[in-house]
Parts: sequence; C-alpha cells; structure tokens
Amino acid sequence: MSSTTAVPTTALKRSPVWHWIRRVTSNFLVRRLAKALFTIWFVTSLIFFLVRLMPSNPVEVYINELIMYYSLTYAEARDQAASLFAIDLDAPLYQQYFEYMGQLLHGNLGTSLRSPGTPVMEIIVTFLPWTIFSVGIGLLVSFTLGVGLGMLMAYKREVFWEPILSGIASVLSSIPSYIIGIVLLVYLGVYWGLVPIHQMRGSRSPGIPPGFTPAFIADIFFHAAMPIATYVLATIGTWILSMKSSTMSTLGEDYITVARARGLSEARITTAYVGRNAMLPLVTELAINLGFVVGGSILIENIFVYQGIGFRLLQALNTRDYPLMQGIFLMITVSVIFSNLLADFIYSWLDPRIRIGGGE
Amino acid sequence: MTEATVRDTRTTLNRIGGLFLAFGAFLKNMSRNKIGFVGFLMFIGFVLLTTVGPKLVPEANRADLTAIYQPPSREHPMGTDSQGKDIWAQIVHGGLDILEMALLTGVISTFIGITLGSLSALIGGRLDSFLTTLADVWLTIPRFPLLAVLATLIQLKSMLTLALILSVLSWAGLYRAIRAQVFSLKERDYVEAAIGLDMGMRHIIFSEVMPNMMSYIAISFTFAMTAAIYAQVGLVFLGLVPLTRNWGVMINLAWTQGAIFFRDSVYFIMMPVTAIALFQLSIVWMSRSLEEVFNPRLRSG
Repeated sequence: MSSTTAVPTTALKRSPVWHWIRRVTSNFLVRRLAKALFTIWFVTSLIFFLVRLMPSNPVEVYINELIMYYSLTYAEARDQAASLFAIDLDAPLYQQYFEYMGQLLHGNLGTSLRSPGTPVMEIIVTFLPWTIFSVGIGLLVSFTLGVGLGMLMAYKREVFWEPILSGIASVLSSIPSYIIGIVLLVYLGVYWGLVPIHQMRGSRSPGIPPGFTPAFIADIFFHAAMPIATYVLATIGTWILSMKSSTMSTLGEDYITVARARGLSEARITTAYVGRNAMLPLVTELAINLGFVVGGSILIENIFVYQGIGFRLLQALNTRDYPLMQGIFLMITVSVIFSNLLADFIYSWLDPRIRIGGGE
Repeated sequence: MTEATVRDTRTTLNRIGGLFLAFGAFLKNMSRNKIGFVGFLMFIGFVLLTTVGPKLVPEANRADLTAIYQPPSREHPMGTDSQGKDIWAQIVHGGLDILEMALLTGVISTFIGITLGSLSALIGGRLDSFLTTLADVWLTIPRFPLLAVLATLIQLKSMLTLALILSVLSWAGLYRAIRAQVFSLKERDYVEAAIGLDMGMRHIIFSEVMPNMMSYIAISFTFAMTAAIYAQVGLVFLGLVPLTRNWGVMINLAWTQGAIFFRDSVYFIMMPVTAIALFQLSIVWMSRSLEEVFNPRLRSG
C-alpha cells in the first residue's frame, strides 16, 4: 500500500504526538479494524441506496399494498410504512440516509413488515447464532482435517491412496456446495434411509431447555449434523489441495534443509517450520472462503430446513419483507467481516513479518 | 485457371492446412495433462449435448400419468419424472440456458477484469489505490445473499441482465489476479518500449500485455463460468429467478414435488444434479489443460 499521508514539516515529524500517531496508524491491527469499519459503512450505504433507488422502490410497493389490501388512505399507508421502515419519507434522500445511519448506530434496524411489531434485530438475534454455530464448526472441522490430510499427502507422495484422495479432493472442490447437500439428503436421508432427516429439521428440539447440559449440546449437534457435514465436504477439497501444494513448496525451502542440518527433531520441523509457513496462504483463503460459505448457507439451510439466518432470509425474500432482508443481509456481511478480521489476526500471529513490517 | 487463381487457391489451402495444424497442436497440448484433457472432452460433450442434442431428441411435452417415476429403461434412458415425462429429453433441452449464461458471464467479467486490472496496474497512482481498496472491500461482501436480495428488487428475467449483474458482482477477484499479473509484465522491455513510444492504452493493453497473460485470462474465464453456474442454478433452485426449463428448474421441481419424501423420485432429482456437477467438474478440469496450452513454461517434458 502506498502511503498517502502528506509529508509533514520536520518540526511536526519530531514531536512525540506525531510519532504516536504514526505508530497507531501503521499498526497492522488498527488498519485492519479501520478497513472492517469502512467495509461495513460501504455495504450499509450500498444497500440503502439500492433499495431506495430501484425502479420498484419497496417502500412505494408496500404503501400500494397497504392501500390495496387494507383500503387505507395514501397518507395513513405512508405513515405506517414510514414507521415500519424507521425512516421519514418526506425528508430528502440524504437526510433519510443520515437518519437511517443514526438508527443503525443504536442497533435499530426497523421492524419486520410481515410480523408487525417484531424488531428486525430481535429476529436476527434468534436466527444468526445457529448459522454462526453450524458454519463455524463445519469450517473448523474441514480446515483441521484438510490441513492435516494435505500435509500428510505432501509427505507421503508415493502411497497408493494419495492419487485417490487427490482425485476425491479435486471433485469435491469443483462441485457446488448445494449439490453436495442435495446428494447427501437424497441418498442418506431418502434412498438409503440411514439418517432421520425429518427429525433433524429445525435448529433444536422443543422441550430441551437450552444450557450447557449434555442433552442440549447433543441435540443441537444432532440438528446441525447434516449442514455441518455439507460444509465440511464442500470445503475440505480446497484445503487438502492447497495445503498439499503449499507444503510441497515449503519443503523445498532452504530453511527446512538448514533446520534438518541443525539436527532439529522431525516433529519440530513439521510443526514449527513446515506447518506454520505452509499454512499462511490457507489463512488468506479461509478469509475469502468464509463469505462464500456463509452466502451458501441460504441454500444449505433451506435444503435441510435448518433454522439459521439463511433460512430466514429466504422467507423474508419470498414475502418481500424489505426491512428484514435489508437487516439480515447487513448482519451476514458484518459477521463475515468480523470473521475476516479474525483471520487477519490469526495471520499476523502466524507471520510476524506482517505485524512488524506493516505491509500487505 | 489463371496463375492468380491457382495462387489464391494455394494460399487458401495453406491457410486451412495451417488451421488444422494449429488445431492439432492445440489438441496435442491439451492432451498433455490427462485430467485436463478428460475435462476438455467432457466439456465438448456437454456443448454438443446442449446445442446439437435438442435437434435430435424431441421435447418432452407429453405427460403420461401411467408411467410416472419410472426407473431408466430402453424407452426412457434416464427414467421419467412426476408427470411421466422423459428425463433424458429434459436434460438435453435444459442445458443451453446454463451454457449460454456461463459463457456470457465469462466474457463480460473477463473483459471488466482485464480492463480495470490493466488500467490500474499501468496507470497506477490514485486510481490504483482506489480500485485496490474497493476490490478489497468488495471481496468481503457475501455475493450470493446480495444477489438473492437483488433478485427481489430487479426483475431478472433476461439472461443478459443476470449475466451483467453476476459479472459486476464478481469483478474484484478477477481484477486482483489480472492486476498482479500486469504488474509483473509491466517491467518487461517490450511493454516499457510500447509505453515509451506512446502507443496508446488500448494498444498496450490488448496487443502487448494481454497476449502474454492468456493463461491467466483463460483461468479467470473458467472461474467466472463456474461462479456463474453456481449462482444461476442456486437462484433458480431457491425459486428467485423465473427461468423456463433448465437443470436448475428441474431440481427445483423435483424438490418441491417431494424428492425428499419418495425414494422413487431419485432419478428425477439426481439426473439434473449429476449434469450440473459433471458440467462444473469438466470446466474446472479443462482449466488445467488450458493453463498449459497458454503458458508454455508450465509444460512438462
């Protein structure tokens, strides 16, 4: 990144305040945090203007609907719409925008159109955790397994199962996640009847009180099992293939030879020298993959009727519940951005060069 | 025959021969990578199936309620659906949409990627840092939910609109890859010479830089294609895009008509699922060979 800061006068340059500012702004984590906040602002604005500048403005659509179905006058309908969307419709667009942003800072995303009186935030809070839980566990399992298998394959290239596993990984990484989900459901659930898919619907069984009890934990894993399995299968191929090629190129580095020459134990070389360095590109990939997997959760959760945020989003889309879908989309983006931030922190922990150098 | 016509015929013949030779060389290079070649053959198979196939196989218009959910037989090579329609005929007729859409999106997004990526790398400065930051931000936006939200705001009836939106949404990844590549090419003598001679941006981008990154462009193109198929079929499966008769619609139909309840409908849902999976696989595998064809340095042996 090129530095865009203006060249300061020498007096300012020497002052301790300037030094402090420089230290803060060049800090890797601070810059990442700033980027995350900027992204959230960007997405919010994008969605705000998209929704309002579209030819079929949802606010107008809703007003027309109220007039048609509830025979309200235009003014009444307009008032009701304005209160639901949490905006003042008479204000100019830029004022509406600042209003909306102000409400957002207070965590107010408006009210759902189809379940009147329910704040959008409340709906999100009930549905989002399930998605974070299932996608998080799925990615964690597939990343750990994939990295392990990929490394093993790079070490043992002459074993007979290596090309077989390679082929499977290549196939899995090319097929869309929802195709894998459908295949799992049709064969495991319907054709062979191995899995009780109908009981597994929803995100938890009624009657089991939430808490850190074995029964509850077993129950939520029972319900999330199929989505998790799908996320694992859909992403593991990428990890295996990337880790294999990354490990192979790391093994050829001079510092590995030097480490061997120094007589370090093979275990230490594998973890601290090969593993740590070979994993670097994968952490970046993980960050990119996250958004993709969370996005795909709309499809996966609907296939398995798992009541996460993706499932609720489709309902909102089908019923044209604009404040809700706007809010859900925003929260999905925010959670992806925060996981990206987490990936950045992991990266900077694995690779101190990033932290100290302050470069990309 | 005058001497001129003889010469003309000869040059024409030479040209045709040259084309054949070039095609032969292309095939030879394609076949260097075995998996890539298999993917290439599969892809050609799919192209033939979706373009020539509909002319040979009649459409499955006739519902036959006495023969619903039939397993594959001589009469119905892939069985029948919930209305007794032939699944094979539906598969043959339902692929052109997806293929056209994927190619269209590939062309548009590759064009956007090349233009922005090269401009950014060649001009540099403010434009470059602006586009890089924007791409960084753009990449973190979950694309599929945004697309789903857009599908309710815009009528995605025409294929061109959908392709345009898909391309605009996926510009950032291609932009990044191509920008990095142009940055490394920029330092080469011939590009510096062209810049020094002030040959114009269009000439520099499309005649000097682009031919030297054909492998990247080919890969980007296939990436854009697979992403387009993923998004299109996904949207159709969720019922958010009204498109007539393609593999995605078939899955949607099989789904809504109870593929999760009846063991019998396994062929109805698995045939389009398999078609999409194999089609994606063929494109991904083909890209490996394309990489070798356009990047001679990668060729082994």
